[in-house]
Amino acid sequence: MSILVDHNTRVICQGFTGRQGTFHSEQAIAYGTRMVGGVTPGKGGQTHLGLPVFNTVHDAVTATGADATMIYVPALAAADAILEAADAGIRIIVCITEGIPVQDMLRVKRGLDRYPDAHLIGPNCPGIITPGASKIGIMPGAIHRPGVIGIVSRSGTLTYEAVHQTSLLGLGQSTCIGIGGDPVHGLDFIDCLRLFEADPGTEGIVLVGEIGGAAEETAAAFVKAHVSKPVTAYIAGVTAPPGRRMGHAGAIVSGGAGTAEAKFVALEDAGVCTVRSPADIGRRMQDCMAGRPA
Amino acid sequence: MNLHEYQSKELFKTYGIPCPEGRVVSSAADAVAHALATDSFHWVVKAQVHAGGRGKAGGVRLVQDREGLEQAVTGLVGSRLFTGQGGAAGHPVNQVLLEPVTAIARELYLSLLVDREAECIAIVASAAGGMDIEVVAADTPERIIKVLVDPAVGLQPYQCRRLAFALELEAEQVKPFIGLLGGLYRLFTERDLSLVEINPLVVTAHDRLLALDAKINVDDNALVRHSDLARQYDDSQEDPKETRAKAFDLNYIALDGNIACMVNGAGLAMATMDLIKLEGGEPANFLDVGGGTTAERVTEAFKIILADDKVEAVLVNIFGGIVRCDLIAEGVIKAVEDTGITLPVVVRLEGTNVEQGLAMLADSGLDLMGAEDLADAARQVVGAVAR
Repeated sequence: MSILVDHNTRVICQGFTGRQGTFHSEQAIAYGTRMVGGVTPGKGGQTHLGLPVFNTVHDAVTATGADATMIYVPALAAADAILEAADAGIRIIVCITEGIPVQDMLRVKRGLDRYPDAHLIGPNCPGIITPGASKIGIMPGAIHRPGVIGIVSRSGTLTYEAVHQTSLLGLGQSTCIGIGGDPVHGLDFIDCLRLFEADPGTEGIVLVGEIGGAAEETAAAFVKAHVSKPVTAYIAGVTAPPGRRMGHAGAIVSGGAGTAEAKFVALEDAGVCTVRSPADIGRRMQDCMAGRPA
Repeated sequence: MNLHEYQSKELFKTYGIPCPEGRVVSSAADAVAHALATDSFHWVVKAQVHAGGRGKAGGVRLVQDREGLEQAVTGLVGSRLFTGQGGAAGHPVNQVLLEPVTAIARELYLSLLVDREAECIAIVASAAGGMDIEVVAADTPERIIKVLVDPAVGLQPYQCRRLAFALELEAEQVKPFIGLLGGLYRLFTERDLSLVEINPLVVTAHDRLLALDAKINVDDNALVRHSDLARQYDDSQEDPKETRAKAFDLNYIALDGNIACMVNGAGLAMATMDLIKLEGGEPANFLDVGGGTTAERVTEAFKIILADDKVEAVLVNIFGGIVRCDLIAEGVIKAVEDTGITLPVVVRLEGTNVEQGLAMLADSGLDLMGAEDLADAARQVVGAVAR
């Protein structure tokens, strides 16, 4: 079992014929993702990677029945691409593009209010994967194993770390979602926690957070009230100095708010099994599921 | 990207936000020429640096005569200002802003920023201006007023009135305040700012509103569509290693420790720093070489982290997803050869083509320590420094 995407998910790529779009579409096809076409305005009617190219997302949806998209367009075109996908009726919108101006994202979020069925993942994220079924994003497919752990993370390569550890321990993953490192983004921790809690195939949840904002604190409150499954969490950035942006636009401790320590405390108060070392995520998840203390 | 105060005030003028009639100068001669031209030697001389807390650090001086003006400008230009925000190196002062002395009746605080939780533009105001606003927020939160503006709807007059009355402005100041706030909001949205702050916004002895200070931060991601702002970037205010890293699209932040790290991905880079600390070491930097790393960028990254002479050991941690580990190994080997580094280097590789990459490191004949996993890497590098 899984959340949001499975082997039936019909996926298109926006920015299909570009370098990134081409490379990652090839990877997705090789993984077994049900790719059904792509969009590059002005190249409609052509064939790329053996799949049809369309001028608009509306055309692609009409012709292929696509219900998911992965977006690899340049940063200044990304807001438009997200809204086009939503307007065409796409259900899962995965925006990989990084560097989108934050005020563009403010407008996108308001625009998406009109499409309650559309789920935006990202931007500036690795995407979503249901191992063995559908890979929509830039994550390395080979490190994943079908299994029982739901993983949700604000970071890319750090997600791979959690995936790798749970794969090595034989737990595997139901679905992994990178929600992205930008301050304004689509699906958040709570959306994913709710879906994992409701998914019979998910037996444990790994939450990987980082400094900045209050998303981990609100996630902790949600876990306390609504999540019965074991949750393990790690927060990156204990050593990050205040006022400095740690790579991600959202990873910044400002005015004493958003520190890793405050997030750890909130999560521990909610009964989450936290780890101070990112190397212990997998093992702690296993212990937590077995009801063993840290 | 931060703007200087004088650059921010030039933008303010374009948007109809009243500020003192200032002049930016870089020498005492220019300052005196301006004073003679305006027939006044009463000035506030303000160091132009990308840091707050200038006043306490001696970067703002009041002068009353020609000699005082010359002394202030000569003393500031060419010096470094230590505000506590620029680390041990401080910030170089290349220019000062001369402004006429303002008779102040009240000091207010006003700022606009993106509220990530509410996904709105937040206007924050306080009648307790002129102070550290974070202290005000912590000690007397009731003195902070916050209004959220929906970006799709825009700033509404009722929101301006609410702020004006909460700031206890006189009736005749309300209209100018609404005008000022409207200009500030347009500036914020049209120029993709992530912060604009006026502290203090003053009511003068003549009941006028005046932006006495100005701080602007522009969204880096939007600079491509504001080339006029991008051109105002002052790299002298940044750590030279950070500027160089930026030129190679590397994300580098200098820290105080002695273990240099090179990692792909911001989250993993932070996690690596944390792990070093957990093992009892101190990270010398944050460095994210990015997802699409090449051998050349790895080499360049090595040069940047080694330019910090506090560094006693290097930890390379790459989780190759799309990045191939053999390419990373090639870059590490080339970098070690190019730089002739003699410090211990611990390398942890994982992901695509990892066996190939590790074999290349082992066959290189270089003194590189391979690590089994994340924890092992941190232990080895901390151990290497301890020895």
